[in-house]
Amino acid sequence: MKQPAWLERGTPTPKVVWPLLALLILYLFNLIVMPGFFRVELIDGHLYGNLVDVLNRGTPLMIIALGMTLVIAKEGIDISVGSVLAISGSMAIYMLEGHRLWVAILAALGVGLLCGLWNGMLVAVLRIQPMVATLILLTVGRGIAQLITNGQILTTTRDSYEFIGKGFLFGIPFAVYIAAIVFLLIYLLKTKTAFGLFLESTGANRKSSEFAGVKPRVIFMTAYAICGLLAALAGIIYSSNLSSADANNAGLWYELDAILAVVIGGTSMRGGRFYLGGTVIGAIFIQSLTTTIYSLGVPPESILLVKAVVVILVCLIQSDVFRQKLTSRKRKVTAS
Amino acid sequence: MKRNRKSLLLSLLTLMMVATLFAACGNSNSGNTAEGNNAPADKPANTAPAEEPAGKKIVVGFAQIGAESGWRDAETASIKDTFGNDPAFELKFSDAQQKQENQIKAIRSFIAQKVDAIGLAPVVESGWETVLKEAKDAGIPVFLLDRGITAGNEDLYTSFIGSDFILEGENAAKWMLDEFGADAEVNIVQLEGTVGASAANDRKKGFEDAIAGNAGYKIVYSQTGDFTRAKGKEVMEAYLKKDKNIQVVYAHNDDMALGAIQAIEEAGLKPGTDIKIIGVDGVKGAFEAIAEGKMNVTVECNPLLGPQLKQAILDYQAGKELPKWIKSEEDVYFGQKAIDALPNRKY
Repeated sequence: MKQPAWLERGTPTPKVVWPLLALLILYLFNLIVMPGFFRVELIDGHLYGNLVDVLNRGTPLMIIALGMTLVIAKEGIDISVGSVLAISGSMAIYMLEGHRLWVAILAALGVGLLCGLWNGMLVAVLRIQPMVATLILLTVGRGIAQLITNGQILTTTRDSYEFIGKGFLFGIPFAVYIAAIVFLLIYLLKTKTAFGLFLESTGANRKSSEFAGVKPRVIFMTAYAICGLLAALAGIIYSSNLSSADANNAGLWYELDAILAVVIGGTSMRGGRFYLGGTVIGAIFIQSLTTTIYSLGVPPESILLVKAVVVILVCLIQSDVFRQKLTSRKRKVTAS
Repeated sequence: MKRNRKSLLLSLLTLMMVATLFAACGNSNSGNTAEGNNAPADKPANTAPAEEPAGKKIVVGFAQIGAESGWRDAETASIKDTFGNDPAFELKFSDAQQKQENQIKAIRSFIAQKVDAIGLAPVVESGWETVLKEAKDAGIPVFLLDRGITAGNEDLYTSFIGSDFILEGENAAKWMLDEFGADAEVNIVQLEGTVGASAANDRKKGFEDAIAGNAGYKIVYSQTGDFTRAKGKEVMEAYLKKDKNIQVVYAHNDDMALGAIQAIEEAGLKPGTDIKIIGVDGVKGAFEAIAEGKMNVTVECNPLLGPQLKQAILDYQAGKELPKWIKSEEDVYFGQKAIDALPNRKY
């Protein structure tokens, strides 16, 4: 068992503790209110239960959020990931008609990479503000996806493609393995290569890292390219799970969920240190919350309100200032 | 060398940018070019003088919203087919590209050309008073298609031709009551459309009112699936973990029903057999699912309004009294009837 990065760094309280705490509280709540929530059965030789759903449904978000973490670490943002997901899913299903599986997958990933490079170029080379730069692809992206699908919902019946998002390997959803590999690769990229260090340093202070010889352009380009590629991968899993590509609705608002997952995970929007483990927990938390809301049967009109309240609470737990205020007040009470 | 590579990269990306821009423009225009290709006969019709000496053709001007969905495309095709294939009619078609001012402009030009009837699918509800008043003053009847205008302006148009969402909900309930019998114990999961959408509200109301008298029929769970496959699947998945004792899934559109079918299959149950699936809209995918035995029934929400518009215009000219709301002819498809209809489905 390798020592996690946050322990190596020796920060006083590891950031990942807070999202974990939030997740635990949510699960504790579920345990009390709906004990059946945690039941896992074996159906058709694979695991079946809410927790499996959380993992399965959460993988696209997890993968996108990991890419988003890299971009946010360099004090950027990519709000086009949902659209890239739609483009890649549409591309994959469109190409499946009359092409081999790997051609379709490569085409989808390639489109995602191109989108990432496009964002990277706007931000790193032309120095357009990240929010504005990626806004272009956010809006145009759905149009591109609609062009590919011709405005229809494309469907596929190719079993090999459906396996990616729906299949099970040793009883566990196949997509979870993909997410695990992505996490591992990015974790290695962060800890075993100079890229991770450079990314954090340019995110923390671009000027001084430039003086130190780091080339921010290359770093930024790479971060956006990876983000685009991962969004495309998420698009493949998403479309494969539904056996269909819907240019208008696939991954709608995913960019917001992904940013939220990163922030819940403890990475600051102002760049610098980033926490991959935290992001994964953040993504799992968001998906768990959605599944919980559906299981509880919250009326449709109040879903957004419930989500907002929970997210505010989690952000408060995450906030250092808030926790300090809380503990100092406690101390005052005990002192008097 | 390095500089060269950089400039190459830059030019490549610029190329991509240009390509993207073209793609974007292409998208907003694609609908219109497609329409142009569909009906090359329109162009000459627009430039030709309105009154044709040979025979008395009934000239109909139609102001369409645009081509934003497959449903709308089907409606456009239906109108063009109906009037284009009838020698007694001449159609002037206008595509407004989702803009009200274009529709108003089109109606004004129809009035100037003294058409015999105007069809309008209003892109928004309000702001039609002036132009419809002009049409009324010119003595040209206006027929609204599939969308209404603000209440209180009923005297400005002749008839509204469109779906009755409440009736669609009732039809869904009726099929279910016929299938199970009035006294059966049936647990129902309802997948609602987008919160606040009139189609969602009315399909819910029609369905719930229709089963209110049957104590055995219980909606055990009702949740929004935003009219999408992904959400329909996710909601269904979560509910099946809690309770598998359900007999019917009623989805406010076919896409959510198709999503729910996947969730049911993954839970190890047989959709269509263990759990009956009811959808609304009548999209092609639903017919295919019915043919495969995975879905039971789809209540049509008909975009093929051309024939009814034609009939309404003929009735008006014959001096018949027309109802204010001509409900679109909508069928309920299930079993063999759906399988037979599958090859002819246009959207």
